[in-house]
Amino acid sequence: MTSKTIIRAGLAGVAALAVAALLCDPTVAQTVPAAPPAPAAPAIVVNKGDNAWMLTATVLVLLMTIPGLALFYAGLVRTKNTLSVLTHVFYTVCIVTLIWVIYGYSLTFTGGSSIIGGFDKLFLKGVDMDAKAATFSVGVNISEYAYICFQMTFAAITPALIVGAFAERMKFSAVALFIPLWVTLVYFPIAHMVWYWAGPDAIDAAAKALAAATDEAAKKAAQAKLDEVMADAGLLFQWGAIDFAGGTVVHINAGIAGLVAALVVGKRIGFGRDLMPPHSLVMSMIGASLLWVGWFGFNAGSNLESTGGAPLAMINSFVATAAAAMSWMFAEWIVKGKPSLLGALSGCVAGLVAVTPASGYAGPMGALVLGLIAGVACLFFVTTIKNMFGYDDALDVFGVHCIGGIVGAIGTGILVAPALGGTGVMDYQTAKAGYDFGPQLWSQIKAVVMTLLWSGIGSFILLKVVELIVGLRPTVEQEREGLDLTNHNERAYNM
Amino acid sequence: MCAVGPNVTDAMKRITAIIKPFKLDEVRDALTAAGVHGLTVTEVKGYGRQKGHTEIYRGTEYAVNFLPKIKIEVAVSTDQVNRVVEAITAAAKTGQIGDGKIFVYDLDHAIRIRTGETDAAAL
Repeated sequence: MTSKTIIRAGLAGVAALAVAALLCDPTVAQTVPAAPPAPAAPAIVVNKGDNAWMLTATVLVLLMTIPGLALFYAGLVRTKNTLSVLTHVFYTVCIVTLIWVIYGYSLTFTGGSSIIGGFDKLFLKGVDMDAKAATFSVGVNISEYAYICFQMTFAAITPALIVGAFAERMKFSAVALFIPLWVTLVYFPIAHMVWYWAGPDAIDAAAKALAAATDEAAKKAAQAKLDEVMADAGLLFQWGAIDFAGGTVVHINAGIAGLVAALVVGKRIGFGRDLMPPHSLVMSMIGASLLWVGWFGFNAGSNLESTGGAPLAMINSFVATAAAAMSWMFAEWIVKGKPSLLGALSGCVAGLVAVTPASGYAGPMGALVLGLIAGVACLFFVTTIKNMFGYDDALDVFGVHCIGGIVGAIGTGILVAPALGGTGVMDYQTAKAGYDFGPQLWSQIKAVVMTLLWSGIGSFILLKVVELIVGLRPTVEQEREGLDLTNHNERAYNM
Repeated sequence: MCAVGPNVTDAMKRITAIIKPFKLDEVRDALTAAGVHGLTVTEVKGYGRQKGHTEIYRGTEYAVNFLPKIKIEVAVSTDQVNRVVEAITAAAKTGQIGDGKIFVYDLDHAIRIRTGETDAAAL
């Protein structure tokens, strides 16, 4: 979604200046009709096709979380904790939905500072069925309710990813408190920093006003206005990092929070000694497959319009995912002697994560390479690195989402190169796609590091706060008996 | 002496066999051929010389000590015992470690609940 924005925003700014310069150039001015006085902006209509696609994409992203992610996770835990994990995910979707409409959308997608938005749209104030939200094209809008719902599903899945890290050992009251705190103080700021901008229409209008300005004072005022519009964006957006569908906001963010949670909450009783195999890989297979299906809404939907970028994101989300599933499976076959279903499923998720930021920028062959790398990189982390350090990231949230996210974020900065089949970064001045390796890669690295620090430190503090208020762990007896019975008074299978 | 019948301790035997799960159908067919017309089957777990096996999930190896097996129980008259044991052995054998074991016990009484028939008549 947004990353495209970033580029476009930056470029639009440059373009605006260029246009302004052109119009002020006396030699050009002779061949160009005198700029008319700033015309009233034409009324922007909501595009029906874009709106329909975004509604579809929105429910696909919900499908990723429930039941996709929920089933994927539930199959990986022991029978006695099945309902616990399902409840964590379902709870997260519902509570974040409520928080989102009350203050989350406002904090994320209104101006304020470059770190966090304001309260202008508290309780969705001022939004009605005729309200519009910007896309990536000037003069093309979608219904604001569609945008609110689409972004709501992203806010819901991100904290839901974290629950895999502390699965089987965090009591429900602690989860119930942690999720709202985390989404408020970690997710909303990061999403604002990466995805908030004034929008193409505002930039276009400011640029046109500058172009139309005739005397010095008017020019100065128009330039100040344009600067103000350009500065009305999140911090990472202004840094120029590109992230098509949320590699940083969703996956690195949740992944590092998962690692911190695994460390702060501590290991499961019997970790490394007792058998803790997945209780139903059939369930996990269904879940992972639904994740893949829903992810098309996530990635292709992040185009915000039903234009060529959406199918590009779709084909990349097919190719990278299949490549990562195969690279994980074959690497495991070579190293461990047997190809496993869980390996293929894990690779599938790793590929989806890695292609998320790249989906609208890389070409299909770039996505293929990205997927192959992501599968092996994540396999290495969930086996070798995890065993080396002995942390109990139960369902490998860090190993898959954070590592896959970092591979994707850095990979995006490389694979966007036109020479590698990528789209390049659109340069509005020349109307050609360009690419500058060094600065782009540096922007990507800065965005990764910022997300790791914000989410890592923020998650640590919030978990400590939760520990002080309600505690994190159930009693030893409760944990041994299983969270389904002790936290929820129900069991997954009555047979 | 028990009042239920003559030669109480010699008349019947209970045979319990622990076999590989996928051998159940062959063993059942063999028992039917050997004249055994009823048996009880239980899914059980355990280990013997086969020990366990290793399962690997996302690179983490789990040593599974208790392997799934099938326990078959049949009650037969003593004169059938050799035939039945041979039938089970032949049908359940793969030659690999973990084929299972057969145990033979004395059986004191048998009663058919529906008719009240006892011992050999109840089998």
